[in-house]
Amino acid sequence: MKPVLLVDFGSTNTKATAVDVENCEILGTAAAYTTVETDINNGLHDAIQILEKTTGHLEFGETYACSSAAGGLKMISCGLVPELTAQASREASLGAGAKVWKTYSFQLTKGDMKEIEEYHPDIILLTGGTDGGNTDCILYNAKMLAGLSYDCPVVIAGNRCCADDCQEILAGRTTYICENVMPRLGELNIEPTQKQIREIFLNRIVQGKGLTQAMDLMSGIIMPTPSAMLTAMELLSDGWDEIPGIGELVGVDLGGATTDVYSVAEGSPANTMTVIKGLQEPYTKRTVEGDIGMRYSVRGIMEAAGDRKLAKIAGLARNKVNELVDYLEHHTDYIPDSEEMEKMDYALACAAVETAVARHAGSLEQVYTPSGLTFVQSGKDLRRVKYVVVTGGALIHAKHTEEIAKYALFDESSPASLRPEKAEILVDRKYILAAMGLLSKQYPQAALEIMKKEIAYYGHKE
Amino acid sequence: MDKKKLVIGVIGADVHAVGISILEHAFTGAGFEVINLGVMVSQEEYISAAIETNADGIMVSSLYGHGELDCRGLRDKCDEAGLKGILLYVGGNIVVGKQPFDEVERRFKAMGFDRVFGPGTAPETTIAALYEDLGIPEEDQQAAE
Repeated sequence: MKPVLLVDFGSTNTKATAVDVENCEILGTAAAYTTVETDINNGLHDAIQILEKTTGHLEFGETYACSSAAGGLKMISCGLVPELTAQASREASLGAGAKVWKTYSFQLTKGDMKEIEEYHPDIILLTGGTDGGNTDCILYNAKMLAGLSYDCPVVIAGNRCCADDCQEILAGRTTYICENVMPRLGELNIEPTQKQIREIFLNRIVQGKGLTQAMDLMSGIIMPTPSAMLTAMELLSDGWDEIPGIGELVGVDLGGATTDVYSVAEGSPANTMTVIKGLQEPYTKRTVEGDIGMRYSVRGIMEAAGDRKLAKIAGLARNKVNELVDYLEHHTDYIPDSEEMEKMDYALACAAVETAVARHAGSLEQVYTPSGLTFVQSGKDLRRVKYVVVTGGALIHAKHTEEIAKYALFDESSPASLRPEKAEILVDRKYILAAMGLLSKQYPQAALEIMKKEIAYYGHKE
Repeated sequence: MDKKKLVIGVIGADVHAVGISILEHAFTGAGFEVINLGVMVSQEEYISAAIETNADGIMVSSLYGHGELDCRGLRDKCDEAGLKGILLYVGGNIVVGKQPFDEVERRFKAMGFDRVFGPGTAPETTIAALYEDLGIPEEDQQAAE
């Protein structure tokens, strides 16, 4: 059987991974600059050439690709109440692998429309109201969206009683009706919407992103890269057929501009004395921290963690930390070349991982009621999760990956943050997770075997 | 005719979980669509739920004596959130100790509650009041179980 080529068109790099499916082996990986402005195939050819330097000439049988080039899948989502349908619409979009620029609640204003017009999203998700619930808001927002200057696909996934009306208001535009993201109060139903978003991406969006030239080479499946990543995490956790997965896990992907956190876990309360608040949590959850990243968003890390903390972790003076952060913010392609900068990058990575995972995980509040001590949980309780998988260039190429990754774990000084207590750290050394997500669509067994083999075990064991 | 919708829950730091389930059962049996928020419900949660589901009424339960503090400002917040004129009921052991009920009723009505029910009220009493206040015609009223 001929080897399979898996391609990830990233915003800066095009990554190629060659796989021998029969023997469940990675033949090689390589990366070259993404060339979306000219012809995206140039970058791909460069990557393959670099790849073949180590593997020798390869005759590929099949080729699959995912992409986050040209801004990825740009979305905005609208709902009614911020912590209810607006939150549900956000979960749906993020889980579909989108880059959610903004989530709007209540009625869209003229100012909002101007913003949306400028941002120029690829897809808009329109929700609001439980089934049989509020109709005013979604109908109003449909009317506002009908005024958009370009035909942006709109996925309608709100109160089912007015889905047809919304579609009529948006007549002449590309619309899709899906099941309500929150059919009953607090109940999350985001899979149908996610499936629809992925289909639109495949059938429409890739054409606009200069990926069509590459399409000729592909055997199929083009998905947003975060979607491939999520697929890989799910497979690694759940297993396939007779082959067991590793169980519940948390994944961290630290990048230059954003940090993605994934969890494949139930997250239910540890005991019966706990009252849960807020929207139901998706089993497979993705959050994106747009203000946490090693270069473009380095300022956000400092704002979240504080210069005092960064100085302590790095072992540098506070004024030095401020000076270095200023520098990094303006030199986004900088790679550390001094001991001082290595320390700085280490501290930034630690703080980024801690902040992003803390925001992803749920929290537990102690409340003394007249009937005694009670716990109120919001979000997912990830304390019993056994594995933390780390990926992303900034993490896997760092010198102290395991130490950095430990910042994803439970911290006694902030016991309210429900992060994994005793988890093994797994490192995606060869940066293959997204590729394995792609491969799993055709060869789930091989993808699972390769992940289990390649993703090294580190950290403390129980 | 569409069912009328009620958001119900136990307010504040109150964890009495049994009564609210009984009320959910009784209101559902009486022909209402019930959105039960459970225990330890904040004012904001009632309001968010009522907006999203387009509810006709908010039924606040309190059993631990601190209801008076917990309920303050709920009507104002409803007005602020665009739920002007939504039906607001409160019931249970809503004040500290034993106080004359007409006094208690007056205070809660001044806070903006449409109806106030004291300890030991049977669900049927509340249901009859709901039928009346929501103008549900007799043929749509369902015999209490």
